[in-house]
Amino acid sequence: MLEKALVGSNKYWAWIFFLLGVITIGGLFYLYQFNYGLGATGMSRDVSWGIYIAQFTFMVGVAAGGVMLVLPYYIHDFKAFGKITILGEFMAIAAVAMCIMFITADLGQPMRIMNVLLHPTPHSMLFWDMIVLNGYLFLNAICGWVILNSHNKGVHYPHWVKPFIYLSIPWAFSIHTVTAFLYCGLPGRHFWLTAILAPRFLASAFAAGPSLLVLIAMVLKRVANFDAGDKAFQKLGTIITYAALANFFFLGLEFFVAYYSRIPGHMHTLDYLFWGLDGHNNLVLPMRFSLTIGLIATTMLLFPQIKRNEGTFALSCAMLFLSLWIDKGVGMVLGGFVPNPFDRVTEYYPTVIEIGISLAVWAAGALILTILYKIAISVQAKEA
Amino acid sequence: MDVKRRNFLKIAGLSAVAGLGASSAFTQLLKGNALASEEGAGGGETAAGHGAPEQGGHQEAETAFQYGMVIDIPKFAANKGLAEKCINACHYEHNVPDYGNPKDEIKWIWVDDYEHSFPDASQYKRNAGLNDLPVLLTCNHCANPPCVRACPTQATFKNDKGVVIMDFHRCIGCRFCMAACPYGARSFNWRNPREQYANGNYKFFKHGLNPNYPTRMRGVVEKCNFCPERLAVGKPPACVEATGDTKAMVFGNINDPNSEIAKVLNANFTIQRNSAAGTKPSVFYII
Ligand code: SF4
Ligand code: SF4
Repeated sequence: MLEKALVGSNKYWAWIFFLLGVITIGGLFYLYQFNYGLGATGMSRDVSWGIYIAQFTFMVGVAAGGVMLVLPYYIHDFKAFGKITILGEFMAIAAVAMCIMFITADLGQPMRIMNVLLHPTPHSMLFWDMIVLNGYLFLNAICGWVILNSHNKGVHYPHWVKPFIYLSIPWAFSIHTVTAFLYCGLPGRHFWLTAILAPRFLASAFAAGPSLLVLIAMVLKRVANFDAGDKAFQKLGTIITYAALANFFFLGLEFFVAYYSRIPGHMHTLDYLFWGLDGHNNLVLPMRFSLTIGLIATTMLLFPQIKRNEGTFALSCAMLFLSLWIDKGVGMVLGGFVPNPFDRVTEYYPTVIEIGISLAVWAAGALILTILYKIAISVQAKEA
Repeated sequence: MDVKRRNFLKIAGLSAVAGLGASSAFTQLLKGNALASEEGAGGGETAAGHGAPEQGGHQEAETAFQYGMVIDIPKFAANKGLAEKCINACHYEHNVPDYGNPKDEIKWIWVDDYEHSFPDASQYKRNAGLNDLPVLLTCNHCANPPCVRACPTQATFKNDKGVVIMDFHRCIGCRFCMAACPYGARSFNWRNPREQYANGNYKFFKHGLNPNYPTRMRGVVEKCNFCPERLAVGKPPACVEATGDTKAMVFGNINDPNSEIAKVLNANFTIQRNSAAGTKPSVFYII
């Protein structure tokens, strides 16, 4: 089936070469970082994780978001997702690939990454995260590829993939839960030390992942003649709305606990993120912006007229995605570090190198996604 | 020396026995006891037998041997420059680079004020002068170390003397341990500390190179290790030695009731950094 990715319009190739260009530039930046060390980034002793790990965390969510298609389609036999479910599975593959790239970019000694397998350490959540992420990649690759291959041959997919499909559903929840465990099991970092971190992660993931998928599917409708179908879009809209509502509800709970209890450790990060702390307020504007557009988008999605109009539906999905990206892809990780456990604030400024490498990883993800979608759409077009 | 030696043998025997009854994976998961790491460049000692006996509750089993330290802050306040002397002794001993900027900073032992050393202690109506005391901070060699629990490669582990050690050759530089340590005790090599000038001099070893201790490569984490390389030959840690006979620092096995440190702990009111985190720090402060 791979050959289907090799035939395409000029626009398709222009897009591919654009992505390859971004990847090449980012690759050069990475070479520099590899030779100099992680000092090429803006990270420091206090802010020891930066945008790499923040992007990683966000992308785990996008990957988990794919389950919002798999679950209704395979468990509830929701037929309208017939065409689009494969896109969800392939999005998960691209997102997990990005996660692995972000983690690798963040390692001080990337050549030693196999040490995690050579010295398996069950008490480390990073060890489990590696297992669940690779497992999820494997499950989605198997399910997506076998099912698509059967479509291509015009036969029903073999029965042996069923268990893999079912397994991939709880597995999707596990990847984001374990990723939350990386943070919420650490003593001394109050902002993360909350039992609803995993539910928060899942809620934001189930809003952000499907939002991205809606946007991509709308692009595909224009450039690739692929129509997921109105019913699928509307259902996705409903899923996104409820997930977004849960997300903001959870955020509200965090605010209540911090500001009603008035325990300083619980308030510091929220102070820093939304009001500024000791004169440090780098993230105040982005975080307020994130909260505002997130709430507006969620409200918009509650109106059927807005959801039914393609333009306004796309706008609300884009706003929501951006909002959740700022919240989790920037604020969540930095918030835990910038006000440190000793009541000091160390700001963090990502460097050009760091941003370039991150963009390259996004481009690599987009490239994987483009190729996989090209194949999937060609197969489905042949079928029709 | 004699007592130490005997203790060592006793502990070696005990821990060998304990090592036979390997604790289950689940207990491991809860307790986060790392296993031995043979190539410990920073340690030299292995942690062959520290499999703690299983317990019903979630409290750590007390290891028979736990090195610890009492830091007497008023003595440091009375001896101007003593804290700096300790810092320099440690940083020379372990080839800790000095980059002269906070972003790349590496430190094994350092001074901060009371307020930022004990932020969870009451800062409400402090007595005069309290915040001017020089509080010497370092790794607490926690009896229940979250850094060891977090590390995915056991590159940081607790040895049979309760010392939390780094294996610089195994560390992958994920910095999970830095996120996990509630005391900011860990530093990362953001760049190559071994850089040299054309004439062969090292750029970042302020006091020159100590040939008796390995330098690190970039991309690994490091921190205070209670000088196992010195303990092994019967010397106290470099910082403790630097305090001379001021008794500003007392070092020893806190679990041996007959040790000097146990007696100091028994006779004085001491506090620890963020004890609420449940990490059981082995560094105690007399304020
Ligand atoms: S002070 Fe930090 S680095 Fe040292 S043992 Fe405790 S948790 Fe680990
Ligand atoms: S940075 Fe090194 S010592 Fe720290 S958790 Fe990662 S592998 Fe372990």
